Amino acid sequence: MSAEKMLPQIIKNMGVKLLLDKAHVPGIRFFETYRKEGGYQAVEKALKQMDPASIVEEVKKSGVRGRGGAGFPAGMKWSFIAKPEGVPRHLVCNADESEPGTFKDRYLMEFLPHLLIEGLIISSFALGSNDTYIYIRGEYAWIVDILEQAIDEAKAAGFLGKNILGTGFDCNIYVQRGAGAYICGEETALIESLEGKRGNPRIKPPFPAIEGLWKRPTVVNNVETLAAVVPIINMGGDEYAKIGVGRSTGTKLISACGNINKPGVYEIEMTLSVEEFLYSDEYCGGIANGKRLKACIPGGSSVPILPANLLLKTAKGETRLMNYESLSDGGFATGSMMGSGGFIVLDEDQCIVKNTYTLARFYRHESCGQCSPCREGTGWMEKILKNIDTGKGKMSDIDLLWDIQRKIEGNTICPLGDAAAWPVAAAIRHFRDEFEWHVNHPEEAQKRNYGLAHYADPIHVPA
Amino acid sequence: MSKFNDEQLKEFSRLVARYPEGKQKSALLPVLHLAQDSFGGWLSAETMDYVAEMLQISPIEVYEVATFYSMYNLKPIGKHLFEVCQTGPCMINGSDDIIEYIGTKLGIKPGETTTDGMFTLKTVECLGACGYAPMMQMGKHYREHLTKEKIDAIIDECRKNAAANN
Repeated sequence: MSAEKMLPQIIKNMGVKLLLDKAHVPGIRFFETYRKEGGYQAVEKALKQMDPASIVEEVKKSGVRGRGGAGFPAGMKWSFIAKPEGVPRHLVCNADESEPGTFKDRYLMEFLPHLLIEGLIISSFALGSNDTYIYIRGEYAWIVDILEQAIDEAKAAGFLGKNILGTGFDCNIYVQRGAGAYICGEETALIESLEGKRGNPRIKPPFPAIEGLWKRPTVVNNVETLAAVVPIINMGGDEYAKIGVGRSTGTKLISACGNINKPGVYEIEMTLSVEEFLYSDEYCGGIANGKRLKACIPGGSSVPILPANLLLKTAKGETRLMNYESLSDGGFATGSMMGSGGFIVLDEDQCIVKNTYTLARFYRHESCGQCSPCREGTGWMEKILKNIDTGKGKMSDIDLLWDIQRKIEGNTICPLGDAAAWPVAAAIRHFRDEFEWHVNHPEEAQKRNYGLAHYADPIHVPA
Repeated sequence: MSKFNDEQLKEFSRLVARYPEGKQKSALLPVLHLAQDSFGGWLSAETMDYVAEMLQISPIEVYEVATFYSMYNLKPIGKHLFEVCQTGPCMINGSDDIIEYIGTKLGIKPGETTTDGMFTLKTVECLGACGYAPMMQMGKHYREHLTKEKIDAIIDECRKNAAANN
């Protein structure tokens, strides 16, 4: 797909834009334009006026949390890196974006590759990484070329390579292609893959900050997190932290998809309400084809699905906002998670059983197979859900599904087990009667969907 | 048995040079991509043994990696590989119909290749194009917002290219 064809999907609006503010500038993919628009000033500032410790300090002050899904404070993660004498350290950029519903990093790399490269140079300097790797999912093959061109341009301009800007700091960035494995988004599986092995997550500790790539201290950060380092350095950590609310500082990229009028990637301030994000013309533009909202998975496929009546307002009746705290308000009983920012919207014609089945199939396909609860459990869940979806389910299957997901959650080396369990648990928690309807009406369920039912009815808020 | 030509060898050296000395195994994934692209779109046992020899690692280290990752084809595929996403967000937007349409039009099921060796149909899990669904990967690029008409056009385009190159 050409850049021109995708440009209309960049939506400008009133909120602060720190990452995508220049995405609409023609030619911004190339060094010359990016530089003319103020690019690489953060590298100059960081390398000439700051030292590594003060950069880490600014990132800590910014409060920026890991944008890959876990939401761990990035500055704190950086401060854990071990510095044994004579052992090289590495920064690895996690561009393995594979969580269903998530396509924000792809967008950032495709249209603003220099923003990522700039963030990588500063972060490499802060962490002392002379050889930095971008691990990108194998399917994003054309983006490898875009990134390698950006790296060559930055090198030619003296921002990469030996003795950058005369500071004595050397840095090279390499792009490593994966080959189709969701699990490689987990940081220790990614490191294994980068070492030329199967993507089997490692048992922690030791954490990568102590023993990572080739047993050297390593920091792995998501694309969006590393790009955010550029505005953090330009404006200072304190100023960055003033944007947003509470522990949800800065801006967040949200990739919106499903049954909405305007799917695409949006940069939001985390004070925006879910309702405005979903219905305003500046963002999703409402539900497509005049349909009604049934459900939404607000943070990538692994986070709990919410029925319409718990999405826009919390169980307490408060307006739900697009940020870490508000999306998880109510815990798993009535809330969800910010996750990776993959916002999947389902309209009244969608079948929750079928949707849950495709997600269970996804996790079965992507389980690395190391831990038996995940390897076996994801396969069982897929089979049972397929049976219910195709009219061969039994009522006891619903309880069996619940039992299996409980036995996967928390019992695996890495979070893929949890990621597989949560969508199934949330679907049963909130949509149990739709599952029961499938079991009780196997033939009818092949001809029509359960529909909206009561899932948008106002929730009774206890006084 | 096939070996890398000069240009491919140059790329091989560029890939291996990215890692510290003695860590050349790190180049395995990129080198397998290079081998697959160079030797007919799939990895035979001979190709994998050759990669092992080039990287000075044992063949089993190559097999275990080649069988883990979904992008490596372990049997021959057609000239054009249609990898259609079927995960949640694509399903919501009609990927089941697209898969069925391609299958019916080409007379093959997912996982199969047409008898003329032109097309292979494969279903895949989420490729990160959820906002542009339904979609499929074709070689290095994505084909997005798929419709039956677009599928017709893509298949015609493939056949025309094949005729022009004969």
